Amino acid sequence: MNRAVIDLWVGVFVALGLGSLLFLGLKVGNLSSTDVGETYSLQARFDNIGGLKVRAPVKSAGVVVGRVGEIHFDPESYMALVSLNVDKRYQFPRDTFATINTSGLLGEQYVGFEVGGDPDMLKAGDTLKKTQSAVVLEKLISQFMFDKASGDEGK
Amino acid sequence: MKRVQDLLRQLGQQFTERLWRLGFASRFLLMTVLYSGTALKRFHLTIREIYFTGVLSLIIILVSGMFVGMVLGLQGYDTLQRYGSSEALGVLVALSLVRELGPVVAALLFASRAGSAITAEIGLMKATEQLSAMEMMAVSPIARVVAPRFWAGVISMPILAALFSAMGVFGGYLVGVQLIGVDEGSFWSQMQAAVDFREDIMNGVIKSFVFGVLVSWIAVFEGYDADPTAEGVSRATTRTVVTSSLAILAADFVLTAFMFRGI
Repeated sequence: MNRAVIDLWVGVFVALGLGSLLFLGLKVGNLSSTDVGETYSLQARFDNIGGLKVRAPVKSAGVVVGRVGEIHFDPESYMALVSLNVDKRYQFPRDTFATINTSGLLGEQYVGFEVGGDPDMLKAGDTLKKTQSAVVLEKLISQFMFDKASGDEGK
Repeated sequence: MKRVQDLLRQLGQQFTERLWRLGFASRFLLMTVLYSGTALKRFHLTIREIYFTGVLSLIIILVSGMFVGMVLGLQGYDTLQRYGSSEALGVLVALSLVRELGPVVAALLFASRAGSAITAEIGLMKATEQLSAMEMMAVSPIARVVAPRFWAGVISMPILAALFSAMGVFGGYLVGVQLIGVDEGSFWSQMQAAVDFREDIMNGVIKSFVFGVLVSWIAVFEGYDADPTAEGVSRATTRTVVTSSLAILAADFVLTAFMFRGI
């Protein structure tokens, strides 16, 4: 077979391959949505993180503003130390309230920011003072049961 | 007692034979890499082989990728709609294709379509003493015949796997969105939210590259090592398909265990 024809076909082949990789990156993957650009790190301590995972989203008003970086156990305070990588474009007041929420009943868990009114903004490496732990469904149910039982006794 | 001794002796012989072959194959791979100067300098040799291994495998890869994606769309929808989360169909199709099915099935098809052809070609060259003739003319058959085919396989495999995944996602889209009627917006947006470029797509590309090295290595080695008879070539071709299929699946397990543990 002619060498020029072979060259042409191999060129088409490689171009198709690169095109499909581009399709996978842009249309299938998250390469187009640059939600993790330049980030700064914040720390937060939680009593209980429930099922929070590394790389879970950090949302404020439902919009993804960052990702969970690392999760450690702090042996001194017996709390979970979570580092959050937040997008540089977004600044949050110092009294921002970090909560662990669940999207839907069985969905993944994420960290939610409820913005306060402090004029000073959080800087890289700061610790969020106010946090609320994950809601553990079993605890909630048992609390409800105990309340119900003690309420019945009182009658 | 005698029988036990015989059995053990047979086991030992088999084991050392396998080990010897593995060592021989490893040295052969090293030689191929060392002698690839010609294949890379006179790149048209490799391009010619890319045509035969890659371009001619396009049709089978594209068609089977499309069908695998369509089957995933049907089966995934059937299961997901029981839990009321049929919008996650895009995630299911894309993740299973990009992480596993794309690289693995494309490599299996590549081994049977192109690997067996490489083995048969080199084996027949050996049987008809073309390789010896080259040596007589002071042309290294490893540099002239083996290395271009090896590199062609290594280059073609990731491209074919990417094409397979892309076609599969398209097939899943056709069945899921066009045929069944899953919402198009949530199909793509949930997929984009769940598939990470570095974690999922690049790991799939790394997998297909490793499979490409494995399949091409096994194919050229079995061809070069074939008994120079018609029967020997046929046995070598069979061995190529069997060994590379097993190697792909075993390597896939190891790679998956390293890449996706705990995420």
